[in-house]
Amino acid sequence: MNTLRHVARPLITTAVLIFVWWAFTRISQVPAYLLPGPSSVAEALWHQRTLLMWNTLTTFNEVALGLLIGTLLGAACGMVIVFSPLMQRWLMPILLLSQAVPIFALAPLLVLWFGFGITSKVIVAVLVIFFPVTASFSDGLRRTDRGMLDLATTMNASKFSILHHVRLPAAMPAFGSGLRVAAAVAPIGAIFGEWVGSSSGLGYMMLNANARIETDVMFAALLVLAIMTILLWVVVDRGLKRLLYWVPDTTGAPI
Amino acid sequence: MADTHILPSPTPVGPAPPVRPAAGIVITDLALRYGTRSIFTGLNLDVAGGTFVVLLGTSGVGKSSLLKIVAGLAKPAAGRVTTSEGKSLSGHVAYMGQTDLLYPWASVIANVMIGSRLRGERPDSARARHLLARVGLADRAHALPAELSGGMRQRAAIARTLYEDRPIVLMDEPFSALDTFTRARIQDLAAELLQGRTVLMITHDPLEACRLGHHLVVMSGTPAQLGAPISLRGTTPRALDNAELLRTQGELMKLLTPQAPE
Repeated sequence: MNTLRHVARPLITTAVLIFVWWAFTRISQVPAYLLPGPSSVAEALWHQRTLLMWNTLTTFNEVALGLLIGTLLGAACGMVIVFSPLMQRWLMPILLLSQAVPIFALAPLLVLWFGFGITSKVIVAVLVIFFPVTASFSDGLRRTDRGMLDLATTMNASKFSILHHVRLPAAMPAFGSGLRVAAAVAPIGAIFGEWVGSSSGLGYMMLNANARIETDVMFAALLVLAIMTILLWVVVDRGLKRLLYWVPDTTGAPI
Repeated sequence: MADTHILPSPTPVGPAPPVRPAAGIVITDLALRYGTRSIFTGLNLDVAGGTFVVLLGTSGVGKSSLLKIVAGLAKPAAGRVTTSEGKSLSGHVAYMGQTDLLYPWASVIANVMIGSRLRGERPDSARARHLLARVGLADRAHALPAELSGGMRQRAAIARTLYEDRPIVLMDEPFSALDTFTRARIQDLAAELLQGRTVLMITHDPLEACRLGHHLVVMSGTPAQLGAPISLRGTTPRALDNAELLRTQGELMKLLTPQAPE
């Protein structure tokens, strides 16, 4: 019953959206090069399937690599600024600067330096991803319950042991929040990198289709990108729920 | 010193005492200041090995700070705390805080053995199981703390304290979050299981103090001073209608209730 609801709800939502979209294109008579109907987008999806697949692979690699590197870098920065006041003073301005300079201004430079390949896109994605991870993880590390630390101290735990067995697990929920944000914004970084200059990827495909006014192909690429982003988020969310099995979810509980 | 109190060992009644008596606690000339405010100065207390001493006082008088210094969690402005053999207390104390302090990500049994894990030793799961059985949680070993009731969590915390097997146990209002009836049951359990260890417990509940303590010490004033110890006879836990308990409880209530403003 529950699984049925889980499957049925998104299907119904999608069906309704597609119907509204179809009805709108039918009634408004908007030309197809401005707003293609669902059927022509479906056709484009089918005809361009090989090309879409290859470009999706490129974008997926950029996003996945960006997420991996961004998360590791973010976690490392979070740890460093929490545990070394000296490093915090030196690192914090640089971290803030990396976020203060708009990514839109930085991306062309990165493409210029690192080329049309995957590297520049991964760097753009990392720049977008690491900061939410750093911010939330360092917050979590700072807020360990005093009593839990005291208890570990009376048990003669070493500093490293307290970090490993108390501070890190206690900071995991905050880290998870940062990672969820990162997973949702990761594709933005990669796609924007592709828009600025690239030789493959969904963003590249959209840009090309846009130039040729192949609006249906643009929509097809957009659709694939949206599905990829949602799937990525769901995977990260499920993984985090498994990792954070012990965090109570009170949303379903009666008040 | 005016407030030096040598507390006698308890009369050997009840279960046979352990072969080697537990180490006691010697607090000498202890002082604590926050900025310019003096919390206490020249505090002296001698807790004999194997006695259960209860420290009473109103909120904010400095009881928890005193216990934290004894536990090695805070530094005093002056003075020192040693075992009765004159050694450092580090490694000799187990600590129970105002909340159960169970790590929410670890199962009950993992929490009981957390000390081993934190010290990088091999956890002794047979002993942990045995202790969980003694506190009545044998069937909840693999539950998460969030799945237990408040009383059960406090029992798990007692099992964790016993697992540490330290001669000295420090308790900071460990049962204050429990309802009256659960608290009475946990007190019975604590009295039974902590028999033979040196216990310094803080509470603001006179009844709890009278049920568990061999000696009661009242902390009051600014800067805080320790009153003359009140000693109770007989085995612990004392029955709730024990005559001496009721009398002492009344006495404590009078001592601790602030006088009406003039």
